[in-house]
Parts: sequence; C-alpha cells; structure tokens
Amino acid sequence: MAEQIALEVTRFSPERDKTPTVQSFDVPLRKEWVVLDALNYVKDKVDGSLSFRWSCRMGVCGSCGMMVNGEPKLTCATFLSDYAPGPVRVEPLKNFPVMRDLIVEISDFIGKLTKVKPWLVRKKEKPVSEGEYLQTPEELDAYRQFSMCINCLLCYAACPVYGLDPLFAGPAALALAQRYNMDSRDEGKSERLDILSQHDGIWGCTFVGECTEVCPKHVDPAGAIQQYKLTATQEWVKSFIMPRGAK
Amino acid sequence: MATYTEYPPKGYRLRMSTYWWLGRWPYLKFILREISSVFVAWFVIETLLQINALIGGPGAYTDFQSFLANPLVIALNIVSLFFVIFHAVTWFNLAPKAMAVRMGGKRVPNALISGPNYAAWVVVSAAIAWLLLRG
Repeated sequence: MAEQIALEVTRFSPERDKTPTVQSFDVPLRKEWVVLDALNYVKDKVDGSLSFRWSCRMGVCGSCGMMVNGEPKLTCATFLSDYAPGPVRVEPLKNFPVMRDLIVEISDFIGKLTKVKPWLVRKKEKPVSEGEYLQTPEELDAYRQFSMCINCLLCYAACPVYGLDPLFAGPAALALAQRYNMDSRDEGKSERLDILSQHDGIWGCTFVGECTEVCPKHVDPAGAIQQYKLTATQEWVKSFIMPRGAK
Repeated sequence: MATYTEYPPKGYRLRMSTYWWLGRWPYLKFILREISSVFVAWFVIETLLQINALIGGPGAYTDFQSFLANPLVIALNIVSLFFVIFHAVTWFNLAPKAMAVRMGGKRVPNALISGPNYAAWVVVSAAIAWLLLRG
C-alpha cells in the first residue's frame, strides 16, 4: 500500500452544527500531489459531502485559498510532501464567516472592492472610433505588480487588523485601488482619495506586513498602503496650502 | 417553495483570541515593534529629566546621577536601549516599502533607500559618541 498522510479537515454544516468540528482522512501521500488534490481525493473516493471552492488548479483563479497548518495558502500550490509525515490541518480562511466546511462568505470583501472603484475612471470617455488609451512600458511598470492580484483573500486571512475590525477595507481592496491610482490612463485619483483616506481605509492599517508575506502573486499590499499613506499626507498638506483646487 | 435570498445566512464566525499575537513570530515582532514606542518615550522623559537636573545646578545633577545608578534604572535603561535599537532597525527596514522611488523607469532598489538611513544613524551616533567620550 502506498504511503499515507492524515488530512485533518474542518467540517461545518449550518443545518446540523453549532460549531465546526475536525474530521481526519487518510489520503495517499504522492510526490506530485498538492493539498487540493488530497481534498479532491476525499470528495471523489471517501466523502462526497466535503465542500470547498476550487477552479483552475494553477494559481490563477484565486478560489482555493485555505489555512494549511495555520498559514493562509493556495491549496493548489501547497505540496503535501512538504508537510510529511503529517498530519496536515486544513481549515477555512481565517477572518471570514464559515458557510460550510471549507467555504467562507466573502461578500464583505466584494462590497469593499467595489467601493474603491477598481476600474479606469475617465472624466470623459473617448469614443471607440478614436482607438485605445495608449501607455508606455514604463507607465505599465508603475502599477503592474499591483495588477497581479487574483482576489484569493489570503491577505485578509493574514491581517490581524481585519480580524479585529471587520470594517477595515483590507489589503487587497487597497492595493487594487492603488493599482488604478498609478495607472496613467486613470483620472479617478481624487474620487478614490476621499474613500481611501477615511479611518477604515489606509489609516486602519498598522503595517503588520503579513499580507505581503502570504501573497502568492507578490503584489505587496503592505507596500501599496504605506505608499498611499504618503500620497494622502501630501494631498492633505496641499489642501492647507491651496485650499481651493488642491485636487 | 425555496426563495432566493440575496444575502445568505451569516455563517459561523470565530472570534479572534486576545492572544492572537502570541502564536506567530511575525505577529509577536509587530507587537514588540509597537510596544517599543513606550521605551522611546521613556528615553525622551529621561533626557528631559536630565536637562531639568542640569538647570537645577550641581546638587540636582548629583541627585540625578545617583538616580541613574540605581540598579532598577540601569536594568530599565538596558531594556529600553534594546527596544530603541529594535525600533530604529525595523523602521529603517520598512522605509523602502513606503517610498517607491522610481528613476529612469525602474524602481530604486530597497538597499538604496534604507542604506542612507543607516548611514545617517551611524554618523549621528558617532558624532554624539565623540562629543561625550573625547575626555
């Protein structure tokens, strides 16, 4: 028989349970298997009622974020063999309400993301017939890193500020706001400033820095937020020197 | 008949423990960095007390010196020195994150942002050491 590893999975059924429980499964320990493969093995062969989100299996869709041995991870990019001889503890992403087993409720994030206007804001849209908004490679480079975000929410699970104060806008939403702020085609900086410089925006961040550490796409949300604190402070000073038309 | 609800039931929410910062070194480091501000404040108060003693004349300064010689104060100052150095080092290391300087279309490497901070720290410390220790 092939080598096995114990997978300790959080189970929760809103109809049945008051609090989540832990169920252990023995799964084959294969060199090329990631934690998501082990979960799919359980679902296919052992218990079809195990619920979790996943889609692309290649670190692009951002659906399979879970806590693996207490760390926020994309389960499609986390190898079982790194945790041998086990057990491997798989829990739903921290700081979000659990809906069922490993599935969390993320509409709070979606609402916050929409609030920061993560799209190109133009004062006046140019007609399609006039062509694209052009951009140099240098202009692209200015925001490219922040545009790599896949909304996997590992950063929210790593952020104690979000855990303690759910009103905080959070790392990914703020980094994505900065992604559009730094885009040469965007004209929405002043609209975003009013939203981002509120208490629950950038100033909620105490720079723990763990969001950047756990980000699988190297977005560096902590950096984006600190850089924006600098910008917001400059704008605040400017509004004193030039009360009118500072923006 | 089942009806569509726009917002699903709230689900199970785990409350964060008061001791969330104890289990993981990065969180503990963050809390220590925040606490370091208390010790920075203590050094400021100590310096103000020293200036006050200086104004008070030789008698007051001797009293201040004997206060500094108290083993408890020495212990507090050693701990404070550790925290102030920790504060300075973490601050300098975080500086490049907040300052994304771009030159010639490329981002300036982190070492070029934190390096001058460290250099200024060494120069100022050396100047103060020279002032105090030249005899």
